[in-house]
Amino acid sequence: MSILVIAEHDNATLKGATLNVLAAAAEIGGDVDVLVAGSGCQTVVDAAAAVAGVAKVLVADNAVYEHQLGEVMGDLVANIGTGYSHILAPATTTGKDLLPRAAALLGVNMLSDVIEVVAADTFSRPVYAGNAVATYQSNDAIKVLTIRATGFDAVAATGGSATIEAVDFVSAYGKSVFLSEELAKSDRPELTAAKVVVAGGRGMQNGDNFAMLFDMADKMGAAVGASRAAVDAGFVPNDLQVGQTGKIVAPELYIAVGISGAIQHLAGMKDSKVIVAINKDEEAPIFQVADYGLVADLFDAVPELDKLV
Amino acid sequence: MKVLVAVKRVIDYNVKVRVKPDNTDVDLNNVKMAMNPFCEIAVEEAVRLKEKGIASEIVVVSIGPKVAQEQIRTSMALGADRGILIETEDKLESLTVARLLQAVVEKEEPQLILMGKQTIDSDNNQTGQMLGALTGMAQGTFASDVAIDGDKVKVTREVDGGLRIVTLELPAIVTTDLRLNEPRYATLPNIMKAKRKPLAIMTPADLGVTMESTQTLLKVVPPAERQAGIKVADVAELVEKLKNEAKVL
Ligand SMILES: Cc1cc2nc3c(=O)[nH]c(=O)nc-3n(C[C@H](O)[C@H](O)[C@H](O)COP(=O)(O)OP(=O)(O)OC[C@H]3O[C@@H](n4cnc5c(N)ncnc54)[C@H](O)[C@@H]3O)c2cc1C
Repeated sequence: MSILVIAEHDNATLKGATLNVLAAAAEIGGDVDVLVAGSGCQTVVDAAAAVAGVAKVLVADNAVYEHQLGEVMGDLVANIGTGYSHILAPATTTGKDLLPRAAALLGVNMLSDVIEVVAADTFSRPVYAGNAVATYQSNDAIKVLTIRATGFDAVAATGGSATIEAVDFVSAYGKSVFLSEELAKSDRPELTAAKVVVAGGRGMQNGDNFAMLFDMADKMGAAVGASRAAVDAGFVPNDLQVGQTGKIVAPELYIAVGISGAIQHLAGMKDSKVIVAINKDEEAPIFQVADYGLVADLFDAVPELDKLV
Repeated sequence: MKVLVAVKRVIDYNVKVRVKPDNTDVDLNNVKMAMNPFCEIAVEEAVRLKEKGIASEIVVVSIGPKVAQEQIRTSMALGADRGILIETEDKLESLTVARLLQAVVEKEEPQLILMGKQTIDSDNNQTGQMLGALTGMAQGTFASDVAIDGDKVKVTREVDGGLRIVTLELPAIVTTDLRLNEPRYATLPNIMKAKRKPLAIMTPADLGVTMESTQTLLKVVPPAERQAGIKVADVAELVEKLKNEAKVL
């Protein structure tokens, strides 16, 4: 078997999710190559070549791949993917955008958000907002999968010495053009990689009140997350949303503040190791998954907690 | 400009699905069904484009059993002009759905295709991108804003790091995210009017597509249950537990 893993990166750093995908690849077994497609992405290539267990790093370094648009990436992955038994990408917005396109170009189906490798052709994934876990056997010639990072422990970032090979293929696709980007800048840990997440919901009442959570998060080295209601209301930006249709997190500690615990929210955080819920409604469903529940007004409890952590 | 919207009949998002005791699938018997919420957002966006005078006709297509007509009628009550049901009882895999939609696109030649980014049953998030591959159209996935500008569409996409704006040549595919709009409710007069709007029914064979399946569902199990936790009396006890019992502080 030979596996192609699509690296997640921003032309400067190799993102951690790639290491979780490589762990899934190792469970499938076989030679593992990594594709780094970008522009001016040599540091990423070097980082990928150093990862334990990688045989070869394929490099498509060209201006057309600078923003890793789904259309050009789909073309590229379909072009080099034919020689592989498996093609894997992280279940990030980049992976979700490009991989189905590549799969359809290759004429195969795919499985999204895989959390378990049962066999080389059999995989499990959550469905129905995580209320069920389905196991599928794929009969496709090439198994195409996005991997949910929280399902696999990352492989070591060092200890490897892969060969590096340039890819000639340049997609000529021109109907999609990158215009601009507004990326959240923050010194806090990345939401999906943080050991501690402090999340706020509609109970926070407004964006200003989120400052309480950001302050506490900074003290704890934590990331801040939010429910859909808090994002919809404009308290915080969309990249903070945790849930079925937002980010999936599984930190050591998740503190849910003023969040009711709708199934769509639970889908994104119920694999956290320890869950704390602070809610003034003792009937709130979040208490059914919380290891430690505190029935209290968050405007009393959070300042007090902030002093003690 | 003609807009094509794809909608799917799925379990209502308020219903907590249960796994069948024999672990063959989830139990959808006597469960409330509805239009996939992301598809509702797609219909709403099409209707708004029509209200702005940008869209001239909204065609809504669904693939599924006969009862999926309900979701097409709902779309028409919200403002779609006509409907197409591709009737099949078969299990639907994304690539087949994309092939069926491709056949509809070739017939209807829409300038814009709106669809949900994912359905809340399979949670796949694949079909729009696959349709993009099959038709060669550009794809604006996870959209929170859509602005038509001549023969192009500017799409603001919700990505992990924040927002990204792309310009796509029309015809193009846009998949909707939650914050694109807030769908309206259908009014009674519009529900009545929708009953008289045209709804064509066809089969996959009519479109020259064979229903293929490449994935075998082996089993479905409930997710791991969390141990029931405890309630703490106050913040001091919470911090004590987190330090000494859970050891996460
Ligand atoms: C298709 C679809 C996808 C969705 N995807 C997601 C998703 O990815 N992520 C997500 O989070 N949601 C998602 N949702 C929305 C979800 O169904 C809920 O509406 C949402 O999670 C509710 O957010 P909330 O808990 O902040 O708000 P609410 O449900 O309104 O809860 C607010 C809570 O705050 C408590 N509270 C209020 N004031 C105080 C106070 N002073 N002190 C203490 N507690 C207080 C209340 O008791 C209440 O429990 C989705 C919905 C749909 C239909």
